[in-house]
Amino acid sequence: MSIARKLPRKDVVVIGLGWTGSILANELTDAGLDVVAIERGPWRETAVDFPPNRVQDELRYRIRHELFLQPGQTTFTFRNKMDQSALPIRTWGAFMPPNGVGGGGVHWNAETWRFLPSDFLTRSHLIERYGAHFLPADMTIQDWGVSYAELEPHYDRFEYLCGTSGTAGNIKGQIQPGGNPFEGPRSRPYPTPAQQQPYSHTLFGHAARELGYNPFPQPSGNLSQAYTNPLGVRLGPCSYCGFCEWFGCANYSKASPQTTILPVLVRKSNFQARDRCEVTRINLDRSGRRATGVTFVDSSDVEWEQPADLVILSAYTIFNVQLLLLSGVGTAYDPVANRGVIGRNFTHQTISDVESFFEKDKFIFNPFIASGAIGMCIDEFNGDNFDHGPHGFVGGGYMGQVQTGGRPIQTTPVPPDTPRWGARWKQAVRDNYLCALKPGTGVHGSMYSYRDVYCDLDPTYKDRFGRPLVRITMDFHDNELKQNVFLTDRYAEVFRAMGARQMVKKYRKGPYDITDYQTTHLCGGAIMGNDPKTSAVNRYLQSWDVPNLFVMGASGFPQNAGYNPTGTLAALAYWSAEAIRSKYLKSPGPLVHA
Amino acid sequence: MIDKLRRRDLLTGTAAVVIGQSLARASVISTDTGEPAKAGPWQYFTPAEGAQVEALVDRIIPPDAQTPGGKGAGCAVFIDRQLAGPFGRHEGWYTLPPFVKGIKQQGPQSSKNPAQLYRSALAALERYCRGQPGGKSLAELPAEKLDEILQALESSTLQLQGDEGKTFFEALLTDTQEGFFADPIYGGNRDMCAWKMIGFPGARYDYRDWVGRHNERYPHPPVSIAGRADWTPKRR
Amino acid sequence: MPDPSSPLRLAWAVAAATLLAGMPPSRAQSPQDNQDFTQIERGRYLAIAADCAACHTNPHDQRAFAGGRPIQTPFGMVLSANITPDRETGIGAWSDAQFDAALRGGRMPNGSRLYPAMPYPYFTRMSRDDVRALRAYLNTLEPVHHRVETDQLPFPFNVRTGMSLWDALYFHPGELQADATKSEQWNRGAYLVEGAGHCGACHTPKTWLGGDRSGRQLHGYSEQDWFGPNITGDEHRGIGGWSQNDVVEYLKTGHNRFAAASGPMAEEVADSSSRMNSADLQAIASYLKDQPGQRVAVSALSPFNPAMIAGAAIYQDLCSACHKADGTGVPYLIPNLAQTASIASREPTSLIHVVLRGATTVSTADEPTAPAMPAFGDQLTDQQVAAVITYVRNSWGHAAAALSAGEVHAARQTKSARHR
Repeated sequence: MSIARKLPRKDVVVIGLGWTGSILANELTDAGLDVVAIERGPWRETAVDFPPNRVQDELRYRIRHELFLQPGQTTFTFRNKMDQSALPIRTWGAFMPPNGVGGGGVHWNAETWRFLPSDFLTRSHLIERYGAHFLPADMTIQDWGVSYAELEPHYDRFEYLCGTSGTAGNIKGQIQPGGNPFEGPRSRPYPTPAQQQPYSHTLFGHAARELGYNPFPQPSGNLSQAYTNPLGVRLGPCSYCGFCEWFGCANYSKASPQTTILPVLVRKSNFQARDRCEVTRINLDRSGRRATGVTFVDSSDVEWEQPADLVILSAYTIFNVQLLLLSGVGTAYDPVANRGVIGRNFTHQTISDVESFFEKDKFIFNPFIASGAIGMCIDEFNGDNFDHGPHGFVGGGYMGQVQTGGRPIQTTPVPPDTPRWGARWKQAVRDNYLCALKPGTGVHGSMYSYRDVYCDLDPTYKDRFGRPLVRITMDFHDNELKQNVFLTDRYAEVFRAMGARQMVKKYRKGPYDITDYQTTHLCGGAIMGNDPKTSAVNRYLQSWDVPNLFVMGASGFPQNAGYNPTGTLAALAYWSAEAIRSKYLKSPGPLVHA
Repeated sequence: MIDKLRRRDLLTGTAAVVIGQSLARASVISTDTGEPAKAGPWQYFTPAEGAQVEALVDRIIPPDAQTPGGKGAGCAVFIDRQLAGPFGRHEGWYTLPPFVKGIKQQGPQSSKNPAQLYRSALAALERYCRGQPGGKSLAELPAEKLDEILQALESSTLQLQGDEGKTFFEALLTDTQEGFFADPIYGGNRDMCAWKMIGFPGARYDYRDWVGRHNERYPHPPVSIAGRADWTPKRR
Repeated sequence: MPDPSSPLRLAWAVAAATLLAGMPPSRAQSPQDNQDFTQIERGRYLAIAADCAACHTNPHDQRAFAGGRPIQTPFGMVLSANITPDRETGIGAWSDAQFDAALRGGRMPNGSRLYPAMPYPYFTRMSRDDVRALRAYLNTLEPVHHRVETDQLPFPFNVRTGMSLWDALYFHPGELQADATKSEQWNRGAYLVEGAGHCGACHTPKTWLGGDRSGRQLHGYSEQDWFGPNITGDEHRGIGGWSQNDVVEYLKTGHNRFAAASGPMAEEVADSSSRMNSADLQAIASYLKDQPGQRVAVSALSPFNPAMIAGAAIYQDLCSACHKADGTGVPYLIPNLAQTASIASREPTSLIHVVLRGATTVSTADEPTAPAMPAFGDQLTDQQVAAVITYVRNSWGHAAAALSAGEVHAARQTKSARHR
């Protein structure tokens, strides 16, 4: 690479054009700013990249990861413990980093949850209820610095952007029948009614109610009916095709940047997108306190400098962390000295499942009829919705029959004690396909943060530009493993009540395994908070160190709650965008003084 | 598409080019089908390797009265085409050194790609079989002998070179079952036999009329990305 | 969609079936005052309504009205002229009378005849004042020095004198006369549709020489990949099933509850009709809906026809994903095949094109979504494409002749089909 060529200055450069990049680009172009978005992956359009005659290909998309970043382009290294050597993730397993315009919004399941009000006060709330001694000594959970009440209008905005289908459980404090009674108060109902539920999902709801729980349909960005969002962009009704997770949506019925924002954004003369261009560095001035723009490399390996007054870092969680580390923004986290912030409080999700087997011919589940965010769920065991005192752990998760399809390479469960191959295996597959359930991520537990779970730069392995890869050090802690046993047992009781003959409880066990898929909900590493000593960004997602840099996404979560993160990270993006528009642009500088 | 792209200042790949690849691509609203298998002879395997793999996949998925086995379903063809393609070369994997053996939780760390693994493991397996009493080739062994070999590989009692026996077995098991259940365009699941066996309707995209019909058997036959026989008009 | 590098593929003139509108009748203008704001604004609006840019701006160099865009005619290629006020290479040296003679009379200042690729047989119906306003607007443009050799036709069509015969057959000069038995709105619509808008260029059947076939105005016309459908009030073939507001919405936004604009009509909506005022669009709709159609008795094929059986299977397996099992689609997003009369058009040209190659609908300020139809040409055989189109054209009350695999095969051979 030669010396970077310099492009004309822009008001704003957006790094990564996924959900948060699209939201910020749209909000800031509306504010009259000239915005360029730089995206590492390709441009993606529904009819070109995931049409309805091609996308139903489990091998291509699920097994061979067509829509995801290729590790050959860049990856991470991984180890469980600080005394181990980290090795590179050569092919994806535990999570699937997105790539291309739309980001994870292209191939997500569109579960569109809000976190609980108490989730935003994790530390203070738990200490108030159980006392500081109740928390493990090395647990580093924090409050977020923003409250549910402050985020509510922004959750609402995202749901109305997407047309989210659901049944409200709490409107302005009034508990609603059929919804989640534990949710925080919402200002109005979901924009569209809940999706229809297939058979097994419906049975789960009935059984949960019999057990005394309050089942409700999972809030879904796969729409129950056609919808026009406030930007004038139209979505169609979901056709329950069963190819949602890992796949792009072929019929405009899954909320994504493509189906909600991009049609409007690309019409604007003050918006530009560069695809297949990878940002390698956020440039700082001599003081190190001001970003001057970014450096990126195009698909011909030519290096360019894009000067900008405002930098929006909106890549995937770990890539946000990587760019901060490589650019020298903030202080890298040192777990031994317990100092620094970049890479700190890195978390994932504590997932488990129960496979259940029902009587053949009496139960015909047709598991292939489903959507990405289908399902009936219960929230009795999430967050602090129950008394943790007797159980000796904190945190929790929602659980439900949330099976997203019956794609047969992945979804041909066989009863316990069946051989893995041969005639008995074949017969068991034949007998059980239509009457067995394999929800996948049925127990969706929180993962709280710990001193020895973090990201830093790997000393050995490099990417193709010779930059160090990010090193992940992650393992499960007893708190999460206990939580998971308790939740998985409760979960299995519902399947028992549904009439399952046999069940296999797939508890989450340590050590954390990088080959076993457990959602793509990596969080933290550049967390938000009220204290620059323990957070990378302030409550508006503004870098404490470089005030003209804002860092979007789940990298800002101080710890992960028992829900899918997209609703919350999108709400934070709108919250941050509003702060930029209403405060920062009037007086560029730190929005919070430490 | 053109109108839309014309409005957006989309810059593709190189910063110097104002409207590039994406616009050209948009001129036809189409996408490639991935890597559909072509008919014809083995593309990666030698004839001897092909016969060996056919023998093995037919034990992993034995034929029965209703459904073909791995061989009849085309699983060996599937594996052959996959090994001849990007998958066989570990395309897209992170392949920079150093290659260090780690713990299971750190995932595969071998510098050997699947095509190389099959080649060396099949050769070692053949040497092992020839060295047994009777000295038959693997492809000529009776079913029960093949089952014994597979069990020995699975339980690591038959090691081949290094640890390769178990690694090869796991790859073969995964690839065979993927070939059995993947869309027939990839060479396996011939005539959608695996989908018919379990009742999976394949590449359909619209169950709006069925989501509310509970505990009813779905009546329509499976369809592949390449279609099904009923798509072609019958001669009268 | 056509590739921008390929020429406009149009019969005679007109990149798009433009629905043209002038402005309200003008007050007397002083011909000397060529900086009159009202007149220039009216001319600017007329240039939009006539979609001059569709032919006279080459999308490759983006210099407005500087010409050089290739236009495919049945007889070969012509290049559009530079109509900027450059005195040497544009029309800056022309007098207003010469401009009028070219626009409404098909005559160049040197007396030679224009090819009707320039739609003067429609523009002749415009008023003198509107033509003068158009000129006044063109005079305000940046002169671009860009010499264009417009004449690219092979012998004998390059002999412009031959055009006098053509004119004798098909050119009926003269301003449109108002029909006193009709409303003011209807007459305004007639002026726009038959005049500057030159809708018939794409929507009226042509003779082998490319002239409008008399008595068949707006009954639909195919040129290579696209069929400009019947836009008369015919309930079975035309837009009789649409309300006047449906027509206006379609022209304004490119979408309505039944259909979406793609192909050349998408260009027309984006560049022309979406930028026209509502009163003019209402006038156009009112006129079009009052045009008589052509009653043709066709009975639907039997559902037991083998092509119908195969087509039904393909439709239910593939098309239902978006268009729904009952063909009704999703209003404003996915076209309603069941209730769109043009599905059973005389010629299924556009349908074949769209099934083989896909199409993106137009994005407008009011309807930005612009959903697209994917291409099925790689997936389906000629016989299967023919079957599914035959099925769609003979279901939900539609009736049309069966499509043959040969017709699909032929459609695959056109240039844009081969272009990848």
